[in-house]
Order: sequence, then C-alpha cells, then structure tokens
Amino acid sequence: MLEGLAMPAPDGDSAPFWNGCEEGKLMLQRCDGCGQASWPPGPVCASCGGDRLTWVESQGRGTVYSWVVVAVAFTPELADQLPYAVGLVDLEDGVRMVTTFEGCEPNEIEAGMEVEMRFDESREGQRLFCHVPAGSDRGSR
Amino acid sequence: MKAAIAGVGQTEYSKDSGRTELALACEAVDKALADAAIPRAEVDAVIRYDWDRIDELSLATHLGLKNLGWMSQAGDGGPAGNAIIHHAAAAIEAGLATTVVCYRALNGRTGPRIGHGPGEASGAEAFQMPWGMVSPVTQFGQFARRHMVTYGTTSEQFGAVAVAARRHASHNPAAVMRGPMSLADHQASRLIADPLRLFDCCLETDGACALVLTSAERASHGPNPAIEVLAGAQASGPGGAAVVFRDQLDVSEATHCAADLYRRAGLGPADVDVVMVYDHFTPFVLFALEAFGLCERGEAGAFAAEGGIEHGGRLPVNTHGGNLSEAYLQGLSHPIEAVRQLRGEAALQVDGARVALSCAASAGTASAVLLRGAG
Repeated sequence: MLEGLAMPAPDGDSAPFWNGCEEGKLMLQRCDGCGQASWPPGPVCASCGGDRLTWVESQGRGTVYSWVVVAVAFTPELADQLPYAVGLVDLEDGVRMVTTFEGCEPNEIEAGMEVEMRFDESREGQRLFCHVPAGSDRGSR
Repeated sequence: MKAAIAGVGQTEYSKDSGRTELALACEAVDKALADAAIPRAEVDAVIRYDWDRIDELSLATHLGLKNLGWMSQAGDGGPAGNAIIHHAAAAIEAGLATTVVCYRALNGRTGPRIGHGPGEASGAEAFQMPWGMVSPVTQFGQFARRHMVTYGTTSEQFGAVAVAARRHASHNPAAVMRGPMSLADHQASRLIADPLRLFDCCLETDGACALVLTSAERASHGPNPAIEVLAGAQASGPGGAAVVFRDQLDVSEATHCAADLYRRAGLGPADVDVVMVYDHFTPFVLFALEAFGLCERGEAGAFAAEGGIEHGGRLPVNTHGGNLSEAYLQGLSHPIEAVRQLRGEAALQVDGARVALSCAASAGTASAVLLRGAG
C-alpha cells in the first residue's frame, strides 16, 4: 500500500466504508430494493434510485479490469514508492473499484487476472486494501 | 435564428505569461471582438468555463460590459470547449441573447498545474487518490489500457497521434512546441503512467482564447465569413463524475453526443472535411474518431498510424497542433482552429474545407459542434 497520500474526510455517506477499512473489512452498499451493489458510496442506489441501502461486507475477490504503472512522483511522498500499479478491479459483488495491484511484477498484470484483497497490517493512519494475484502467498509490498 | 461565430481571439501561448489570468482573458476577448468588428457595448451575454478562475462579472467589470442579460458556465473541464459554443448558440437561437462572448483564460504552467492533480481527495476522487490515482494521467491511462486490451491498439499508434500533432504545429507560429518529433522520439520519451508516455500527454500552457457569437444574419455583415453553428451537443455518459467506475472504458460516452449532433445538423460523418479533437492525451483522439463515426470502433489506431489524420491524409485532425503541441487552453483553441479552416485562413489550410467537427471525447463529459463556412 502507498504511504503518505492525502486522505479524504469521511462524510455521512462514506463513513461506514472508511470505518470498515480501519477494521480490515471492505464494506459496500447493497440496495434492499433491486439487490445491486453500488460504488462509490452515496445516498441512493445508482441502479434503481432506491434509498434503502444496507452496508454489507465484501470478500474483495475479483478480476483486473484496467491498470497503469505510475513511474512519476506526482506528490513528494510517492518518490520512493515508484513504480506502482494502480487500476480497476471488478469485484464479484458487481462493482468496480480503484485499487493498487501488488504481490507481482507490474508486467505480470493482465486484464481478467483473478485477484484477492489484502489489508495492510502495519500501516500508520487510515488502513487501505490492495489486490494481489489469487492464491498468492505474497502479501502487499 | 441560427447562430454563427463572428470573431476569434487568442493571446500569446507560452510557458510563462508574466500576467494575470484576468489580463489574459481581457486581451483574448478584446481580440475576438476586434476580429468581429463588434464593439464591447454590444455584448449582452458572457459564458465561461466552469473551471475558469475569472468569473463572468469580473470580466464584465474590467471590460466595461454593461447590462448583461445572460451569464452562465459550461463544463466539465476540457470538454467545455465545444459545450460553451453550443450553449452560446442555444441562447442566440432562443432569442435570449444577441452577442455572446465565450472565453478560457489559464496560467496553466505558472499557476496551478492541472497535470499534477487536484491535491485534495473530495467527491469521487476520495475513492481514487488514496490508492495513488492522483493525477489525470493515472485516470485517463485506464481508458488507454482498455483500448489496447480490447482492440489491440499499440503505443506506436498513440505515437502516430503525437507525431501528426507536432508536424502540424511546426507550421503554426503560435504553437509552443514546433521542433521535429519522430515516432522513435515518442517511443523514447519516458513513461509517465504506462502505457502513456510523456509525448502522449498534452502541454501545460499560459494563455487565453475567446470567441464571439451572434446571429448568422448579423455575422454575415461582418468583416469575416460567418461560420455557422449547424449543431451542438453535450453528453455526460453513464458515469458522471465517477468516470473510472463506469461500465465500459473502451467506448467513449461521446457516442451519445455524436448521435445528437448529427441528428440535429442533418449531416453525418461523411460530410466532415476537417476535425479538431480535444487531445489532452493521445488515445482520446482515437476514442473521438470512433465515437463520432469517422472510423470503425477499434480501427482508429491503424488509421492514425497510416497517416489518415495528417494534413494531406483522408481526414486531417488538429491542424493547429492541438493540446499536444500547440497549447493547452482546455480545448478552446480547437474551435478557433476550426473557424480558421472554414474561413480559409489556417496556417496549414485544408483545401476546400467547408464543414468542421470540433469535439471532445474525454471521460466524464463529451461535447461537439458542427460548423459550416460560407465557401
């Protein structure tokens, strides 16, 4: 996981997600009406417009949809963490999220590759997840 | 009552203007009014970019514009460049305004640099930036990757877009980057966010652009050929501000925009003689060519690599050098170049250009106008 980046201020819509990360859990909203999971967090279901959303825990498994390998430090904190792979994972829950891909060389990442979620245990500040190749015994960086 | 572009204006494009954005805005607007031979006193409407730091009233105060009857903003970010003209034309056609000023002023190199990202994780960025998706290239590179995955598009094909832009800019005295660039130069430029290299990214520029619109009838009495706004269109796509979370990153939301545009104009892709595309990153030229029906989906990369987008090719694109080599004024330099092509006064003129498409197939929003010259 990357260190030192600006973190958002949680609000009423997103606090359960950020609190979940602190506990090492990925929390998503699922619509009571249509059953669709939605992302990013919000007050209404993006699929059906329903306003009864329940927070549920995701296992965080999915497949790689897209990614870039960042080679330039856009903030000073990133300078000694290059290169890193940031991209999009399609979760089994039916949402697409931004994540970092770790536990493999950047040139080993492929579209459709199965990945699993890992939470950083040692991190100071807000805990975050990353994704590693499925079945990998390698943790995050 | 159809609307027309009566005047265009721009400041010097540079890496250090040494001036305020207000001063740049005033100069560009005054030049556009002078180009149209319309006095400031006749301006009754001002439309600005949503991101512009010079608001409508500041411009009005310092230019002495009085009794404005229509003030608004077009967005979002770069794709506002055609949307702003679309909105101006709509106000004129609805009889709500007669003389509309549109502008974009930006110290994009010496002021806050858009390329470095917002620095603050709010809105949808809150779910991107903590994972290192901190700047536009890290977002838009996701789209480039999907175009490669889905269609087999290559970095060399992106490079063909950059090389064409530089070749065109070499003829444009106003362009910031005019030196030669080969495909090998592109391939040797450093990776920023793989697959995107330095030369896949637009410039960061200080400067300003402005256009003046009025009725086509009135513009026809001006000093320049009236450039009619045949139609305009804008589209949010399904993702809104949360662009990277939407369903398909390999198809532009501009497909919605294109359908509206052609239907309103009663024209199709085959009628277009010259194209200006908002080119903040090279792959988005390919997205636009496909979304606006100028290439089959997935074939724009090969079309660019074969020289199809170059002056002298089947469909010249960004004959001014675009955001990649002329300047980055968030896409407002593109309709200005379209006007010059249709007037027959471009630095790198396309013979017989009569219909121009100026469009943006970015991520988040898309916009387009179809313009017609008198020729």
